[in-house]
Amino acid sequence: MSERLAVLKTYKLFIGGTFPRSESGRVYQVTDAKGGWLANAPLASRKDARDAVVAARKAFGGWSGATAYLRGQVLYRVAEMLEGRRGQFTAEVAAGSGLSKAKAAAEVDAAIDRWVWYAGWSDKVAQVAGGANPVAGPYFNLSTPEPTGVVAVLAPRESAFLGLVSVLAPAIVTGNTVVLVASESAPLPALSLAEVLATSDVPGGVVNVLSGRAAELGAPLAAHRDVNAIDLSGADAELARELEVAAADNLKRVLRPRPGTSWTADPGPERMLALLETKTVWHPTGSLGASGSAY
Amino acid sequence: MPSSPPQSASAASPLADVTASDAALRRFLHGLPGVDAVGLEARAAALGTRSIKTTAKAYAIDLAISMIDLTTLEGADTPGKVRALSAKGVTPDPTDRGTPPVAALCVYPDMVAEARAAVAGSGVKVASVATAFPAGRAALPVRLADTRDAVAAGADEIDMVIDRGAFLAGRYLEVYEQIRAVRDVCGTARLKVIFETGELSTYDNIRRVSWLAMLAGADFVKTSTGKVAVNATPANTLLLMEAVRDFRRETGRQVGVKPAGGIRTSKDAVKYLVMVNETLGADWLSARWFRFGASSLLNDLLMQRQKLRTGNYSGPDYVTVD
Repeated sequence: MSERLAVLKTYKLFIGGTFPRSESGRVYQVTDAKGGWLANAPLASRKDARDAVVAARKAFGGWSGATAYLRGQVLYRVAEMLEGRRGQFTAEVAAGSGLSKAKAAAEVDAAIDRWVWYAGWSDKVAQVAGGANPVAGPYFNLSTPEPTGVVAVLAPRESAFLGLVSVLAPAIVTGNTVVLVASESAPLPALSLAEVLATSDVPGGVVNVLSGRAAELGAPLAAHRDVNAIDLSGADAELARELEVAAADNLKRVLRPRPGTSWTADPGPERMLALLETKTVWHPTGSLGASGSAY
Repeated sequence: MPSSPPQSASAASPLADVTASDAALRRFLHGLPGVDAVGLEARAAALGTRSIKTTAKAYAIDLAISMIDLTTLEGADTPGKVRALSAKGVTPDPTDRGTPPVAALCVYPDMVAEARAAVAGSGVKVASVATAFPAGRAALPVRLADTRDAVAAGADEIDMVIDRGAFLAGRYLEVYEQIRAVRDVCGTARLKVIFETGELSTYDNIRRVSWLAMLAGADFVKTSTGKVAVNATPANTLLLMEAVRDFRRETGRQVGVKPAGGIRTSKDAVKYLVMVNETLGADWLSARWFRFGASSLLNDLLMQRQKLRTGNYSGPDYVTVD
């Protein structure tokens, strides 16, 4: 039997449901924990970030307007696809972070479980974060949580897959669209996750994945007027402060990195709630008209 | 590739006799060189690859804004919408008063008075479509009355549509005479002639109709109404530019060009400006000789302008919803 040819994988960005190379044409070497070459990943530029925001904005209307039930179904579908690719993700996580095969498999399993957990929240978050408010007047007063818009997410540098899922799923389950900057040192699970998203009913543009330097991509995203929130989980203290200042310019919601966050612990609903806005509606009730009629 | 007509024998006024009869006009228009479609499209595409950056980009964006015919041609147009659009045309970006105003507002004839009042004193012109826009399917007296109404209401510019049916049927002199008739009722208003290139089937037809309109006295040649599937493309606009360039060489009279419909991004607009500069030269690089018929283009130009000014990407929350 003849020896097989090496088929190397070309990792690409994921923008608007397609897989382009970086506009800049740049790549960088991704290495395993011991410094051995794993793959070339695209080194995304400022303009790729710009294109990703445009794609995310375009997708926002459809995704936030979809019923919570449908979003839950779509996210569950993603979990189904992840389940089928466990082997691939385990290998990528093991190679990228130097974990043993068993530990990597455990991280992938935890990530899939977490994805399913968040998928279940889609039609429940409104009951937890919203509801009827008692007011001193003849009104129904109802608060409902609404997605905030386009969210830029700097994925955690460590915990390349569980951390990634833990920041991505809570952002999109409520109807936000996301521009995700993958961990610089271990971007491969994020780029492969994009392939899963592309084949599991998630509309193009809802999640856009960039790989590259957090500082280079974070700066234009934090200052971008059309980004409504930024999650700084993957920024170190100095970069986070810088990006927070830039984000203040158009009053973005900012999720600060919390040092010592354990991605394996039960996340609770905080990450979802941080990316929601509350809309409150006052509706008259009872007999208000001069004639005594209801309206 | 030569794209000028064969030299006429009479040196004094080379094109004086070509409109003398239907046969003469047909002979002239069909004597124009055929268009090399592949070459034309390749040339248009090549001119779209220039990289325009920093100060040149800032210049191009301001120039493009000042060349826009800000257009609203909907059945649902209300006086309020026309007033809002007029305000936007006069002050495109209220957060930066250095932004130039647009060239003109383009509306239906019944909205001309409203627009006229709204832009009074600002230097922004009022253009009106006329002659049974967009189909042009009405009798000539009706189309002339439509034009007269618009001029009487204060339109500075008239955008007429040609009778594509007559042109495609080969009745060139009829089209010529219709344009002359509209030209006469325009008075001092400048006349833009819309060809609806998307309905003319071939590049050869577009070249012929360009010459036909210019011979009839058009001040501007305009690609499209914006109401059909194929609007302005770089290739058919380039073809118009070549015709305009050759017409001036032949007759000494300068004619403007207006691509309309489908130009939505700053990048597209800059490509057209590059094409103007490379094909026609600096003489045409002003709002008097080149216009964009567009509505959503302005927002994209304003967002790019804000990006250049602040260094941060802007978004649709920072421009108006039209």
